[in-house]
Order: sequence, then structure tokens, then C-alpha cells
Amino acid sequence: MRHYVIVGILVIVVTTLTYAGLYSVDLLPVAASLQAGSINDVGSIDWLWNWELVVMSFLFALIIVPMFYSLIVYRRRKGDTSDGEHIEGNTTLEIVWTVLPLILVFAFAYMGAYSLGEIRRVDPNAITIKVEARQFTWTFEYPEYGIFSQELHLPVDQQVVLKMTSKDVIHSFWVPEFRVKQDVVPGRVTEYIITPTLLGNYKVRCAELCGASHYSMQNAVIVDSQVNFDSWIAEQAAVASASSQTPEGLGQLLAVKNGCTGCHSIDGTKLTGPTWLGLYGRDVVLTDGTLVTANDTYITESILDSNAKIVEGFSTPSPMPAYILTQEEIANIIAYIKTLQ
Amino acid sequence: MKRFFSSSLARGLLWQLIGTLVGIGLITGIRAAMRLPATVDAFFFTEPAWVLGALFGGLFFVSANGSVSDWFKWARGIDTPEHHEEHYTGWEKYINVSLDHKVIGVQYTLLSLILICIGGLFALIFRTELAASELQFLTVDMKLFSQNGPQLFNTLMSLHGMLMIQGILLGVAGIINYVVPLLLGAQDMAFPRLNAFSFWLGVPGSIILLSSLVLGGFDTGWTGYPPLSTRAPVGVQMFFLGVFFLGWSSILGGLNVVATVIRVRAKSMTAFRMPIFVWAAVATSIITMTATQLIGLSFQLVMFQRLLGMGFFDPAKGGNPILYQHLFWFYSHPAVYVFVLPGLGVISELLPVFARKPLYGYRWIAMSSLGIALVGFMVWAHHMFASGMNEYLRVPFMYSTLLVGIPTGVKFFSWIATIWKGKIDFHTPMLFVLGAIVVFLLGGITGPVLAAISVDMHLTDTYFVVGHFHDTIFGGFVFPFFAALYYWFPKATGRRMSETLGKIHFWIMTPSFLVLQFGMMRIGLLGMRRRVVDYDSALGFDFTHLVLTIAGYLIAISIALFLYNFFNSIKNGEKAEGNVWNSRSPEWQVPSPMPMHNYDQPFEVVGEPYDYGLPGSKYVEFAAPAKSKHQ
Repeated sequence: MRHYVIVGILVIVVTTLTYAGLYSVDLLPVAASLQAGSINDVGSIDWLWNWELVVMSFLFALIIVPMFYSLIVYRRRKGDTSDGEHIEGNTTLEIVWTVLPLILVFAFAYMGAYSLGEIRRVDPNAITIKVEARQFTWTFEYPEYGIFSQELHLPVDQQVVLKMTSKDVIHSFWVPEFRVKQDVVPGRVTEYIITPTLLGNYKVRCAELCGASHYSMQNAVIVDSQVNFDSWIAEQAAVASASSQTPEGLGQLLAVKNGCTGCHSIDGTKLTGPTWLGLYGRDVVLTDGTLVTANDTYITESILDSNAKIVEGFSTPSPMPAYILTQEEIANIIAYIKTLQ
Repeated sequence: MKRFFSSSLARGLLWQLIGTLVGIGLITGIRAAMRLPATVDAFFFTEPAWVLGALFGGLFFVSANGSVSDWFKWARGIDTPEHHEEHYTGWEKYINVSLDHKVIGVQYTLLSLILICIGGLFALIFRTELAASELQFLTVDMKLFSQNGPQLFNTLMSLHGMLMIQGILLGVAGIINYVVPLLLGAQDMAFPRLNAFSFWLGVPGSIILLSSLVLGGFDTGWTGYPPLSTRAPVGVQMFFLGVFFLGWSSILGGLNVVATVIRVRAKSMTAFRMPIFVWAAVATSIITMTATQLIGLSFQLVMFQRLLGMGFFDPAKGGNPILYQHLFWFYSHPAVYVFVLPGLGVISELLPVFARKPLYGYRWIAMSSLGIALVGFMVWAHHMFASGMNEYLRVPFMYSTLLVGIPTGVKFFSWIATIWKGKIDFHTPMLFVLGAIVVFLLGGITGPVLAAISVDMHLTDTYFVVGHFHDTIFGGFVFPFFAALYYWFPKATGRRMSETLGKIHFWIMTPSFLVLQFGMMRIGLLGMRRRVVDYDSALGFDFTHLVLTIAGYLIAISIALFLYNFFNSIKNGEKAEGNVWNSRSPEWQVPSPMPMHNYDQPFEVVGEPYDYGLPGSKYVEFAAPAKSKHQ
């Protein structure tokens, strides 16, 4: 009997200590959405996670304590060659440790389902943003305002529904601070419902292996106050209407809309593709060692067939999809590239 | 050297090369005759040529190396003896075709160790790259096997996964092949020729799988999701074909085990008097026999999409990329139980021996293995909670997934009850059994967290999953595999491995692994995605990654120590011809190493297998004193 009492007390002690230890270190990143919530928001992800920590700590202690207790107390003493007690089993006990966990399992499944329902709750006033993923960048479209952006700007405390699709392979939209993750699949639209609650700058990173530059597929996510968000929208709309007056302006809009600048930086940074800064008119070294001048012909060819000439230091075959653009659109993009000197 | 070149292995390899050339030549010739381009820039030959070449290569290997020669003779009306006399001794036994289940068991185990070591080396390479943020040596500018650094990372990471999986399947087959007939008192497996054929399929399969590395690799992960896998280089086809051959081997192996257990048991060995490992082997074999087809099918569909332009998974042609994931996981989830059930069987088999107590709740443990196998078939879509599949599928799959915890819990509670009030010995095999319980427990309690959908939305595709998975595999396979090798090594060789080195191996590997998995889960929770060659230094993961890399190297060192111990002990180990572990199991009642056709005298089951501590009880009784014959 003594052994059972000691083990029982130790299980409680170890459970408490394990949970306290896990609780005291910040296991999750800061919570920045209603769906992530906090441990007090019933139905939120962090609430469920906290209960899981409790159960994990208990189950851990429940097995580890009697195991190590046995290993110490029932270790073979020197010179002892006898066997242990002949105990074959106990059906009642087996039924108990089948049925009790079964109850626990159903309780947890219920909590899990409840939490899923909560995080999928749709607000009728939610705003819709379209997301297009491609190797290896994200493009965001605000259909109400006709704006395209490489950055995802979100107003705080306002539910948004992201309608996501992919141009090529499967990607996955994940902002760790928002907790939720959703795959983005070619040929269908998947929905991502989120209500940001904390101002700040975050990153959306692709969480589903999508090819050679999967690791670098990330865009900025900015959660702003409603006022700042509105002025950003107004500013973007103004830029868009001003840009549509000139060829280079139209080119810039096209570059954002088609995700070009996700891989071709405009500030000289080396991304998946060569930078556009100072590209026009420069001599470019190709993988086969030849030199080619970046003129209209070369850039047009590269947009239509990215594998025709690959610049030294970039991957073969090129991950860039074939774009279907009109001659005029291509001319506009080239006009834009010319301005980046 | 001459003896190597005349072996079945060398003959098979030569014919695999010839077959590959024939296959390539055939397609290239046909294309040339049809005035299609016969060669291309990348890897010279066209993709169909490489695929047919690899297929022919594998088939030529098994046709020519002698593993099917008896079947060919029967087809021509020529009789062959039931048992072949063994022509070879020593190491030559293992590179030639043998019908002896013990030789085949060792062959499987050796091939498994080779694949696991290569897979481990690949892991060390990318673990080194990950030690710090930014690209160190797998840079965008480097080039190897026509892949740049990030592409090579993806290939190595994918191959690490698949080589380990195949290594584990072969290791499982190795232990089952060696041990199950001995436990049953059988002379051999039910179908010895099929058994040899299954093993030899694994050799060309492994070579084809590895050849993907030099044919452009594949950047899809071992999951090979389309559309990514339909765009990958030709290496992905070698990956598919390699898995095809190994899966074929696995299906036939499973069939053989089930037939053996049903047909060739010792007298009076009723279902509930079989050693518990046999139950695990049966549960595992039911899965391999019935589910492996699905991974083959899903890979075949992608293969056909690539070769013939069929649009199974191409949305532009009305295909559905999510369908692949359903087919793939219908095998690949139960496959995890194929890896762990035999390991859990080893734990159940060895615990009573070293705790000197009966196995607690034998029938419940036996049934829990079948329970896990059956429930395992109903949980596959929990890998797809974030995939965009039908929303309503998610909750039912959460319930079914959580149910796996019940039979698994029964095992844990029964193990603890087994060592409770025992007299525990800490020999090397027991250490690994105990390590397995702790590590598998960590994998077990982190599983339900992933099953609960809303939390899984955060955790899926992160290092948390990677940590959880490595827990289940180390706890469910790696630790028990080592326990089994240390435990049955004397049975196979008549010598035992060094206890000191074995304990050092354990005490380096266990803490290193615990650090590895805790570190992975920690950064996974904080936002570390899986399958990335680089991570943002702003995330602050550099230090943890450095620790993970060091832990990885320590595990490698401990495995190197094990390999030294293993191969050195074959010749120089301490002699151990008796019942080394004082076990009740039939194979330990006869001297080691086991004679050619197992037991000279058949035995009869006269008691319960694990009645330790019951004076005067016996599990088996031999028809005549077995020892006198072997002096």
C-alpha cells in the first residue's frame, strides 16, 4: 500500500511541476488574433493548447513516475537471483484503463470540435481580400478598392476573409502569431478567416514545401489601426490611378499584380531572380558564360520564356512560370525597369 | 574478391546494369524510329527512357540473381529439393541467395543498416547547413548533380525521409524474419522462396531509390505531393520506382508472415500462447499486405501523369491535387504503425525477461496491437486538416485519431504493471527497452495535440510535427531495434556484443535524442517551418539549431560505436552459446548459434510464455533432450 501512496503523491507533484514549468516558458509566439486568443478565451486555440498542456503533464507523470519508481525500488539487488512476483494481470484494472481514457478522449474531441467551430465563426461584416500564391511570393488584392499589393495590410479588430488560390503548386499561408494555417491549392479557392487583434509587423511564410526557394517565400503582414489602414488604402488607390497615366506606372502596377517583384527586387537585394535595379542596359553573364545586354529583346524573351537565358548564379530550370502578357504590357514593364537605375 | 564477383549479388548488379541499358535503349530506339527527339539536354536520355531502364534494371536483377530460379525450373517441369543445402559459409552466405529465414533475416537487417546509415549521413549534411541562419555551403551558387544548394537540400531532406522509411521497413522485416519462425518452432517461413524473392527485390529497389540523387534529385519531400512532383526533375521517377520495388517486397513479406503464423506453429501453440512479438508481427503484416498498394497507386498515378500526360491531379484537366493526398495517406499513416508495432512487440517481449515477471495483461496487449492496426486505417485525413479538403471531414477524423490513444494507453499501463514489483536487470537490451518507453511516451502524448484540429492549424508543417514524428519512430522503432539486435545477437552468432560499449551507446544516444526532439518541438511551436534550408535570423532560432546539430552528431557517434561493437563482436565477442538472458522463450532453450534447420527436435507448448516467478513452470518441452545432439 505504501508504494501506491508514494507513487500517487509523486504523480501529483510531477504533474504540477511539469505543467508549471511548461506554463512559465513562453511556448507559443505572441497571440495576435482573436482565433489565437488567450488561455481565458474559451474556444480559442491558446485556450485549447493550455488544457492540452495540463493533460500532457498528467499523462507524462502518470507513466514516468511509476516507471522510474519501479526501476529504483524494484531493481535487482546484488546476489539476488530470484524472480519477481507472479502477477499475470487484472481484468478490472485493464477495463478501467481502457474506459477512463476513452472518456478523456471524447471530452477532448468535443473541446477540439468546439474550438474549431469558434475559430471558423464568420462575421457578416468581414472584408474580403484575395490572395494569390505562386513560386515564391504572395500577391494580395483588395477587390473593393482595385488595389494590388505585395504586403498584406490588415485593419485591427476587423475580421477578414482571405480567399486564396495558387498559380502553380500547393502553398500554405501561415502567420505564427495568428496561429491558423491554411493550404493554398491550385484550381480551388480556400478560405482563411482571421481577426487581427494586435498592432504590429508580422511575416507570412509558406508552410508547405513548394520547391527550391520555398524557404524564402515570405511577405510582410502589417496590422494597422483602422485610420492608418484607411489612409494606406487611399494612398495606394491614388498611386494606382496616378500610375495608370504613364507606361512606367502601368508597368509598376503590373509588376506588383503579377508578383514579379516578389522574386526580382527593386533595391538590389538578391532574391529568387535577378534584381531589376540597374538591370536595363547592363551586360549580364549567363550560365553558359556568354554575355548578353539587357535590352528590350532580352527582357521580352525572358518574360515569355524564363528558361531561354538563365543568368549565372540562379537556378536551372528557372522556377518562373510562363506569363501570358500582351506586347503593350511587356513594354510597360520594361519602361518601369528602365526607371530603376 | 573473386568470391564476391561470383556471388548472387554481383550477378544481380551486373544484370541490373544490363537491364537499365536495355530499357533505355528500347525507348530511345523507338523514339528515334518515330523521329521524336531521342535525347535531351538534362541527363541526356528522355524521361520515359530512364523510367523503363530503371524498371527493366530492377526486374533483370531479380530474374538473374537466382532468387526465382526454382520457380523457373518448376515452370519447366523440373523438380527441386524442398531445402537447398547451404554452399556458403561466413560472409558469403549473405551475398548469395539463401532460403534460410535466418540468413534472410540477417540480409534484411544488414541492408536496413546500410540504408539507415546513408539516410543518417544525409541528415548530418543538412543538419550542418541548418546550424546557423543564412546559407553556409548549400548556397545558390554551388552546383552538385545539377542541383544548386537549396535544391540539393530538398533532395537530401526528401531522401533522408524515404531512405529511413525503407530502412525501417527492411529492419522490421529483418527482425520478424529472424525471430518469428524461431518463436513458432517452425523450420522456416511458410514460403521460403517467396521470402528470398521479397528480400532481393529490396536491393535493386534501394539502388533505384538512391539513383534519384544523381538524376536531378527531387524537391518534393517524401510525400511527393503533386503538382510539385509533376514538375520535379526526372529523379522523382526514380524515387517512385524505388518505392515501388520496396513496396512490392513489403507486400509479399507481409503475406508470408501471416501465412507462417497461421500454418506452421508448434504443437499446442494456441493463439493466446504465442509469444507476444508474434501478435505484433501479424498486426504489422496485415497492414503491409493491404495498405502498401495505395502508396504504389498514388505514385503510379503521378508517374503516368508525367509520362503520358494523364491529368489525375492537374486542375487544368479536371484533376484534383487533394485526391493524391487521400490516396497517399491511406497507406502512409498506417505505415507508421508498420514501423512501430513490431518495436512495441519487442518491448512487450523483452520486458518480462528483464523484469523477471509475467507480461501484465497478455491478451490485452495482443488485442491492442490489432486494435492499433485497425484504427490506424481510419485516421489518414488527420494529415490533411489544413489541406483544403472538405471541412466536414475534419471532426470525424479527429475522433478516430484520438481513439488510437486507447490501445496505445493499454500498452503503456500494462508495461508499467509488468515492471512493478519485478526484479529488474539493467542489461543493454533492457536499457534500450526502457529508453523506448520514455521516448515513445513523449511521441504518444504529443500526438493528441496534433489531432485536435484548431491547435493543429498552428502546429502542422512545423518542427513540432518533426519532433513528434521522430519521437514515435525512435521510441517505436530505433530503440526497440537496437534492443532486439543486442538481445538476439548471441542467438545468431554464438557471441555477445560488448555490454560496456552497448551502455555507452545508450547513454550517448538517449540524452542527445531527448535534446534533439525537445529542441525541435520548442522552435516548431515558435514558428519554425519544416523543410526549409534557411530560416530568418530574426526568429532567434540560431542557438537552438546549433544545439540540434550537435545533438545530431552525437547520435551519429553513438551509432558508429554501435556499428563497431556489432561487427567486431561477430569475431571477437565473448562466447555466449547458452541461455544468455535466462529467457523462457524456445529459441534460447537450444545452443547458439541456431543450427541450419532450427530445432532438431520439435517442441510442444506446455505452459504460458511469460510465467516468470512461477516455480516449476515451463513454456515449451522438447520431444527429446535437444542439447545432446549438438555437442
